This record gives sequence, structure tokens and C-alpha cells, in this order.
Amino acid sequence: MSALLTVEDLRIAFPNRDGDPVEAVRGVSFSLGRERLGIVGESGSGKSQTGRAILGLTPPQAIVTARTLAFDGIDLLKAAPAERRALRGARIGMVLQDPKYSLNPVMTVGDQIVEALQAHENVGDREARERALAMLAAVQIDRPARVFGLYPHEVSGGMGQRVMIAMMLIADPDLLIADEPTSALDVTVQLQVLSILDRLVGERGMGLIFISHDLRLVSSFCDRVLVIYAGRVVEEIAAADLGAAQHPYTRGLLACLPRLGEHRHPLPVLSRDPEWAR
Amino acid sequence: MPFLNALVRFLGAVVLTYLGLLAVTFFIGRVVPIDPVLAIVGDRAPEHVIARVREELGLNLPLWKQFLIYLGKVLQGDFGTSVLSSNPVMQDIRRVFPATLELATLGTIIGAGIGIPLGVWAAVRRGGVADQMVRVMALIGYSVPIFWLGLMALVVFYARLGWVGGPGRIDVVYEYTLTPWSGIMLLDTALAGEWEAFGNAFSHLILPASLLGYFSMAYISRMTRSFMLNELAQEYVVTARAKGLSEARIIWRHALRNAAVPLVTVVALSYAGLLEGSVLTETVFAWPGLGLYITNSLQNADMNAVLGGTIVVGSVFIGLNLLSDLLYRTLDPRTRTR
Amino acid sequence: MTELARNDQTWRAWLLSDRPQSRRQASLGRLYSGWRTFSRNRLAMVGLAIILALIVVAVFANALAPYSPYEGDLARTRLLPPSAAHWLGTDDQGRDILSRIIHGSRITLFVVVLVAILAAPIGLLVGTVAGYAGGWVDSALMRVTDIFLAFPRLILALAFVAALGPGIENAVIAIAITSWPPYARIARAETLTVRRADYIAAVELMGASSWRIVFRHIMPLCLASVIVRVTLDMAGIILTAAGLGFLGLGAQPPMPEWGALISNGRLYVLDQWWVAAAPGAAIFIVSLAFNLLGDGLRDALDPKAGS
Repeated sequence: MSALLTVEDLRIAFPNRDGDPVEAVRGVSFSLGRERLGIVGESGSGKSQTGRAILGLTPPQAIVTARTLAFDGIDLLKAAPAERRALRGARIGMVLQDPKYSLNPVMTVGDQIVEALQAHENVGDREARERALAMLAAVQIDRPARVFGLYPHEVSGGMGQRVMIAMMLIADPDLLIADEPTSALDVTVQLQVLSILDRLVGERGMGLIFISHDLRLVSSFCDRVLVIYAGRVVEEIAAADLGAAQHPYTRGLLACLPRLGEHRHPLPVLSRDPEWAR
Repeated sequence: MPFLNALVRFLGAVVLTYLGLLAVTFFIGRVVPIDPVLAIVGDRAPEHVIARVREELGLNLPLWKQFLIYLGKVLQGDFGTSVLSSNPVMQDIRRVFPATLELATLGTIIGAGIGIPLGVWAAVRRGGVADQMVRVMALIGYSVPIFWLGLMALVVFYARLGWVGGPGRIDVVYEYTLTPWSGIMLLDTALAGEWEAFGNAFSHLILPASLLGYFSMAYISRMTRSFMLNELAQEYVVTARAKGLSEARIIWRHALRNAAVPLVTVVALSYAGLLEGSVLTETVFAWPGLGLYITNSLQNADMNAVLGGTIVVGSVFIGLNLLSDLLYRTLDPRTRTR
Repeated sequence: MTELARNDQTWRAWLLSDRPQSRRQASLGRLYSGWRTFSRNRLAMVGLAIILALIVVAVFANALAPYSPYEGDLARTRLLPPSAAHWLGTDDQGRDILSRIIHGSRITLFVVVLVAILAAPIGLLVGTVAGYAGGWVDSALMRVTDIFLAFPRLILALAFVAALGPGIENAVIAIAITSWPPYARIARAETLTVRRADYIAAVELMGASSWRIVFRHIMPLCLASVIVRVTLDMAGIILTAAGLGFLGLGAQPPMPEWGALISNGRLYVLDQWWVAAAPGAAIFIVSLAFNLLGDGLRDALDPKAGS
């Protein structure tokens, strides 16, 4: 099977105050088919920048290098900016963390979805509206026509995130990158949004990169898990085999998960070994 | 109804500010060293005449009563009579105000029309040519005396190059053939079909308007730049990029549409600033507007006219504040509630 | 030589120490690191240099001016263009323009210093008292501040001068009256951030009076931001004063105030442009210097506020 996405030795560096480059991502490699890959790491581990580098959305001062960064046979690092833009939204979508900030506050929800569709397909306004309404219905919004005309501040966090998913899936991409899509939501809403995401990704046979700091969530949701520490992959493992994880960092993360009926005193603390970062 | 509440509170503040303005002008009118009675009857008048005039003017009443009477008059548009023109001050102001309005409006159109795109460009290409330009322009705009720049511009563009008309609104030749209808010279000449006069009026207007436009542009472009930098760093811009939108659409439809919300206030403030700056510009260009009227009255110690002009400019300031707040509310859906 | 160099090293280490031993070392250290940031800003240093030069010129005006600023030769030196004898030319009274500008620097400096001395303390007092007292005192004081902020400043200053009578002192008073409100706003904002701090509570517990807290503990903390704002406002103050002078409401003839010099030159501007050109350039350079200095100070004292 030819991979949908191949990443080999991805490095992302940012200049520090004196202008010297500091690497935030240091040689990440993985490949992805039409499956669900979870990327787990703590804040600053480079997991978000990895996701953005695939889309070409790293900040302008970032220096991105890789031996291979290919999507469906297209060399992303050699692709012209216009070519990469044509991929964004149409073939690769991205769901960001908090709909409160990731939706444009002065545009209606409907206009933002329609705009995503019309950026890639030559669709008339009437048809675009109908497809947007259908997409809103697909993310289980009860009265799509009403929500279509609302502004982002008028919808709840859970609904906002469903709007975001609708917006990113309306052009029918092959790969979706979800960067902490549920961590800004209430726990009860999280499950609902996840199940919608789960169903849509399954139905459309898409690839999914699920970026999160929550190992348990990722392991229950994904087929495969990549554990990143300090810009490096420390472990790549099938979600089902997580119990047999080798790396002490992964084991540490697992140990942090509370289990029923277990006596925990003192609470385990995640230990970090500077060796791992080398 | 939080929206209605906010509006009521805001209107209350406007009324209070207006009262404050009138209190200050009243105070200034009272501490003028010239005794208004002596100004009318002369300093050789007998004692009983002075006393009678004092009573007629209400100067023997307690201060708060005088203020109430003053308030009542001002709110009816009665600013007293100008010593200089012996017309009611309001009538004079009505005559001269359109000239100032024409100048400040064209200045703001120039300032916003160039300043906003320039500011956007400076933010998008940070550190580039436009960014340096905006920086230098703003520095000069904040540092150069407007009346001096106006004089130098007159020397270069009028006296040396002859590109524009000189001081005044229109050449004397045209002045008496024209029936003033709106008092806005460009409008009056255009409506009368007098295109030659229109061209002449425009050649007089363009230099002072460009000058005011420059100051307005310096301020507006700088503010646009900083608002745009702020907006371009927001998450919704990442979303827009992830959707595959073109950079132009992201900048103009998404970021600028958000930056427009605070920009409205900036443009209104700059418009108010130009009306105020008219005092100096109009003096340089002999532009027969409110600014020149105030300065002339000042030099002739015509206090009714000065204070009347001050109240009018102050009212416009407060009105612009009110307008920009209302515009802000319509532009930002978050302040609206259904 | 080496001794001196090593001394230099230890001084720097002492100033930049993470663990200052005394309050004075801490504040000197802060001053020093602020100076290091500031002095790296080349434009700000240019601004500082120009202002220092202005002060020198003002102090030594008598020695520096080649001619008398008040007396000219009406018969022989009237309205001469710039030349080796008169670098900036002469005016309608035959007076040397350079000498008048040099003496005028004293008036500019006088205005700037006096407005700062008058307006900054008013703003500081109103702002800190409003912020510390809170409640109705705060509402009332801020209401008044807002009212003043909503006014057209230049026109109001004009009306004040009209009432008080033209003259440089009255111009200063009018400008001061219209320029304190922004300082009050800033001081209040700063006060609000510190008034709930533990050390203020500690002083309160020790029984310090409200006035003592405001004057000794809150005001010093607000001083830095007010100073930055005053520096940034200096250009505006100079321009307003010059504008009043230009309209004949500031310094009265024969005082060589720069705005009045332009007003005088205006009569001959189409033929003898230099009479108005030079004083305007002087105003521009000094205003520019204050703007550059203010920007530099703001960046050095508050890196977040920089653009």
C-alpha cells in the first residue's frame, strides 16, 4: 500500500533572540495510510508544529527541513505556495483547538463554511448553501438553517467545534489533522464531538492525525500512537499494544492514568531523563 | 437587555460630558478679565446705568442660576451676538462651518483612503518598504508643525510651481457668480454646472486637504498596521489558511474586517482632530471656515464668538464619539444581542 | 589599565547581579539594564543627543548666538537671504534668525519643563487617588477625566488663553490644564494593578495612612509609565505651544518664540521663505527628538508595549 503521507526526518527550527536556530522538532519520521494516527506529547514537545508543517502553516520565521515530506506522491517541500494552498482545505484539513478563537468572530458560521467550499470548487451560492446545510446536519446540528446564520459567539463550544469539523470536511479531504480538537471542551461534550469525528472519518475513509496530550483518549480513538518527547519520537506503537510500551516516558504517561480501585499514594510524578532528549 | 443597558449608560456619559463642556465654557466666560458690562456701556457710564445693565444681563443672580440660564440659551443655539460682525454667533457659524466641513472631510477621505491600505501593506510585509514608510511618515506627522508645513507647501506648490490655487476657497472672479446652496464649494459649483469654477475651487482645496490628509494618513496607517498585526496573529487566520483561502482574501476579508471594528474609532478621532486642526490650517490658507472665524474672534477679544465656536467644535467631538460607538456596535456582532 | 578593566567587570557584575544585596543595588541594577536596552536603540540615542544639545544651546545662548536676538540693523540687514555672515538669513527687523532661534530654545525648554511640572503631578495625583480609593471617589474623578479627554484640546487651550489673556505663562497654564487627563488614566491603571498586592496590604497592616500609602508606595510605582507618556507627549506640547505662538496667543513680541517667528515670517513667505523656514525646522527637529526618545524609553521600560 502506498502511503498517503510520508514524513522522514522532519526538523523545524526557530531562530532565538540572537538569531541562532533552535530546533523544536528534531527528526520526526512516520508514515500514514488511511488510518488513525495519534501523536501524543506534552506542551512544547513539537507535536502541533509537526501538524502545521504538513499543511505548510508554520510561522514565517520557522525553518522546515526533511528528507521526505510527501503527501500522495507530492513533494510538499518542493511544491509551489499556490500548489500547497490548493491542497489545504481540499485534500488536507485541520481542526484547531478552541472554536472560540479559531472561528472568525465577525462572519456568520454559514458564510465561513460556504467560503471553505467555494475556495476549491466552482459552486454557485445556492448549491454551496445547500451543501453547507447538509454538512451541518452531518455533524448532528439539529436546526442547520438557524445555526447557518449565527455568529461564532452565539454558539456553544461543542457546537463551534462541530461547525469547525463541518467546515474542514465540506471539501472532502483525504487527510484530517485534528490538533487537540476536544481539549477546550467540557468532558460531556468531548465524547459527543469525538464520536461525530470518528463516524465521519470512518464513513469517508480518510486518514486522521489526532494530536493530543491525552494518552488515554488517543489510545482509545486511534489505531497507532506516536509518542513525542522534546521534538523526537520516543515510541511508535499500535494502540492495542500500549500496555507493552517499552520507553520509560510512555510508561510514565501510562502510570499517570488513574484506575478504579487502585490505591495511589503518593501520586506518581512523571520523571524526565535528559538522556531521552539527546 | 445588556445592549440597551450599555446604551443608556453610554448616553448618560455623553450628556454628562456635554454638561461638562458647557460648564467649562461658562467658567471661561466668567473669568474673562473684561467686564461684560463695561464692554457694553463703556467705562465712563454712570453708576446707575452699570447697575441696570448688570441686572439686565443677569449678573447679579447666584452663579448656579446664571449657569441654568446659560444652559437654556446654549441648548437653543443662542450663543449671543458677535461683537465683531454684530450678527448672532450661531448665524455666523452656520455660514462658515461648511467650508471647514468640506476641508476636513476631503482630508479624512484622503487619509483613510491611502492610510488604511498602506497600513495593511505595512503589517503584511513587516519590516518591508511600506512598513518603513509608515514608520517614517508617522514620525514626521507627529513631529512637524502643521502650519509650518502648510506655509512651505504654499511656497513650493503655489508660488514656485504654480500647480495649485493659492489661499482662499476660490478666485474672486468666480466668487460672486455663485449662489451658495450647501456652502460646500465643490457641490455648489457642480450642481450649477459651473465646471470652470469647480476646477478653480478644487485647485484651492487640494493643497490644504492633502496637508490635512497627510496628518490623518500618518495616524491612520500607523494604527491600521498595529491592528492588522494583532489580527493576523489570531487563530482564525490559521483556520482561514487551513481552508486554503488566498492570502488576499485572508487579509482583506478576514483580518481587515476584524481590524475595521477598532479602526472606526480611529478614523472618527482623526476626523475630529482635523476639525480641531482647522484652527491652524485655515489661518495659513486664509480658508474662511470655523477655524479662521475662531482665530479672528480671538484676536479681537470677541468672547461670545470664541466660546460659540468652542462649543460647536466640542459638540462635533462628542457627536463623533457617539457615532463611532454606534458604528462599533453595528460592526462587531459580539456587542449585538438577539 | 588592567586594574581598571577588571574594576569595570566587577561593577557590571554587581549591577547585573541576580541577588542584589540592597535595595539600592537592585534599583541601580534595574536602571543599568534599562540603560543597556535603551542605548542599543540608535534612534533613541539620536533623540537624546538632540535634546542634550538643546539644553546646552539654551544654557549658553548668550555665548553661542552670533548677534543680538532683539536688535537688528533695519537699514542694512533687513530680510537678507542665508549667507556666511547670517547663516539662516535675517528677518524684517534686520535681526539674525539663527540668534533668535538660539535664544528661542530657552522658551521651548521653559514651556516643556513647566507643562511637565504642572500636568504630570496633577494627573499622577488624580489617577493614584482614584485608583486607590475606588468607589464613588474613583467614579467621580474618572468622570471628570473622561470629560476633559473628550474635549478638543487645542481649541480648549485657545479658549483658556483668550480668557486669561495672551502670554507665554498663560499658554503654559492652558496647555497644562488640557494635558493632564491621559496621565491620570495611566496612573489609575497602574494603581489598580498594585493596590491588591501583598506589600500594600502589609503597609496597611502596619497602620500607614492612606495618604502615606498613595504618596510613598503607589506613586513611585506609577512614575515610570507616566514619565514615558510625558516624554511622548512633549512633541505634542511643543507643537501646541508653537501653534499658540503662531496665532499670536503665546509668547508676545519681541520674544523669539519659534511659533511666533513662523507667524512673523508668514508675511514674507512667498519671497523670503527662509524667515519662516528655519524656526519651523527647529520645532520639527526638537519634536522629532522627543518622539524618538519617548519611543526608546517605552521600549526600554516596557518591552511588551513596543511595536
